[in-house]
Amino acid sequence: MNLHEYQSKALFAEFGIPVPEGRVVSTPEEATEAAKKLGGELWVVKAQVHAGGRGRAGGIRLARSIEEVTQHAGSLLGERLVTHQSGNKGLPIDKVYVEMGSDIDRELYLSLLVDRAQERVVIVASVAGGMDIEEIAASTPQKILTAAIDPKVGFCVDQARDIGFGLDLGGDQVTELESILVKLVQLVHECDTSLVEINPLIINSEGHLIALDGKISIEDNALFRQKRLEVLRDVAQEDSSEREAREHNLNYVSLDGNIACMVNGAGLAMATMDLIKLHGGEPANFLDVGGGATAKRVIEAFKIILDNANVEAILVNIFGGIVKCDLIAEGIISAVEQVGVRVPVVVRLEGTNVKKGRKLLSESELDITPANDLTDAAKTVIELANGSRAE
Amino acid sequence: MSILVNAQTKVICQGLTGRQGSFHTQECLDYGTLIVAGVTPGRGGEEHLGLPVYNTVQQAVNATEATVSMVYVPAPSAADAILEAADAGVALIVCVTEGIPVLDMVKVKGVLAERNCRLIGPNCPGIITPNTCKIGIMPGFIHEPGCIGVISRSGTLSYEAVFQTTKEGLGQTTCIGIGGDPVRGMNFIDCLELFESDTDTRGIILVGEIGGSDEEEAAEFINSDVSKPVVSYIAGVTAPPGKRMGHAGAIISGGKGTAREKIKALEQAGVITVRSIAELGKVMAEALE
Repeated sequence: MNLHEYQSKALFAEFGIPVPEGRVVSTPEEATEAAKKLGGELWVVKAQVHAGGRGRAGGIRLARSIEEVTQHAGSLLGERLVTHQSGNKGLPIDKVYVEMGSDIDRELYLSLLVDRAQERVVIVASVAGGMDIEEIAASTPQKILTAAIDPKVGFCVDQARDIGFGLDLGGDQVTELESILVKLVQLVHECDTSLVEINPLIINSEGHLIALDGKISIEDNALFRQKRLEVLRDVAQEDSSEREAREHNLNYVSLDGNIACMVNGAGLAMATMDLIKLHGGEPANFLDVGGGATAKRVIEAFKIILDNANVEAILVNIFGGIVKCDLIAEGIISAVEQVGVRVPVVVRLEGTNVKKGRKLLSESELDITPANDLTDAAKTVIELANGSRAE
Repeated sequence: MSILVNAQTKVICQGLTGRQGSFHTQECLDYGTLIVAGVTPGRGGEEHLGLPVYNTVQQAVNATEATVSMVYVPAPSAADAILEAADAGVALIVCVTEGIPVLDMVKVKGVLAERNCRLIGPNCPGIITPNTCKIGIMPGFIHEPGCIGVISRSGTLSYEAVFQTTKEGLGQTTCIGIGGDPVRGMNFIDCLELFESDTDTRGIILVGEIGGSDEEEAAEFINSDVSKPVVSYIAGVTAPPGKRMGHAGAIISGGKGTAREKIKALEQAGVITVRSIAELGKVMAEALE
């Protein structure tokens, strides 16, 4: 679950990490008020969307007068911001963050995440702040410093010094970095973050370190113990079908093709998409209905799939483990009937009572085609999808 | 022969009295697994599914000399359950639980690094030696004793590999679902090492997916240390970057962990890769001819 910049900075402030003063607003009038209250002569108006690359996309604007703050807020709010990470449709700007302008001497990069290979929380830092860290990693990997935290020992200040001097900081700045890192490590553990990123971490004209941007992701698996953060979720930033699927404990990811898939198991769901592509089709989604594949879940799954107007055929691929195929077939038939599925459905079933299941499917009067095996299923669904387009 | 578990393996179940624990333990008992006890704190002294229940893993191990624990404890307490089993000296822990926070697993791995204890999972179907010992949630009936070792990050894809090798008449020595989480217990390399030295295993199926670099590391190990034929399928060629595909670990992040990179690394190591999951069994049979 991603947090907005303003939410991330509120957490930074709570943990004692220095951030510029700012206010989040939803209308140009509020923006005007916020700028007046903040005072000063320079402000930044920042679109609050869940995507990187806001600056280049025009989502971060400098204002040298209160009027300019109002103008920028007015032109951003209610629009959609398209960045290289947001997808073509962009993301809605429902809030902007009005912040006091900062004098920037240097821009650094700092993040903490779990490194899969080392199985540890790792600190990543770079002198090349304000840039895309992936680009830095690809073009100038020597500019990236890392330190892994031993889970049994915890974070050690010598690691902070290594990074601080590696970033070419002065003595006092290294002390500031030490303090920031100690607090960030604490934040990671107390908030179950999968990513905390400060890009840039600036050194201002007075030589102090300040988090000028902030991005925090909370690990979904840990939300059960992060109730106060879970309420920060901004559903407007999420794909509506993916959100609905999550509410029904289904895993759904929308794609651009015309052949929908409904599969039990995440791996098999990916393999089914791959198989459709391999045989010349385009998958419309990833959808894992889970091990049980009960009638209720299948009904919800069909509804979510059919929300996508591009869908021209559906492939249901169920490897019946503990659940028997005839029961799954009955569930699929009643779901297709109940939901009123308007496109052809191809079903591949495997497992106990598979013959009984296939018989039930072929005897139903609905537009359901049982497949003999995986390859047959993929080829059939592609033919049917193309056929329905030709009509 | 088999790896890790056989007919003599004594197994306890942590979380035996829960709904999942009860259901799947009964399935394992019906399959013939030698399950000897269960652990549920506060329920010690009771009997469940005909098995004695203990308050702690240590008590269960002392009473039964079990060497394996099967963990069905819900995600919020699963990491503690794994550590309890490790403290009690269990040699192999199989954790089926899905949804354990990754920072909990970081802590668990830190502790396990100093113990003589293996962990399978979490978020996995478990391990099975056909007709002998099933520890986990996989459907037992698709397995047949035979000569293929199966290692998979995905549960359902391990069933596909099993189903197909059974249909080809090859059967399996042992199948291990190592799980779909980013930080987990045994990895491809640990399993490859065991299958390589198991005399009955003639071929190995390795099923990977997007995310992380475990398949690339496995490829290096296969290149240097595995003489048996390895057939591999990597799921997620069509997965978009930055999206979590069901499994917590199945995500292409920062352009890393794509299926193409993994397939390339495996092919360079001499692994036979298939583009269609439906071809694993057939290609494995051809490789053994």
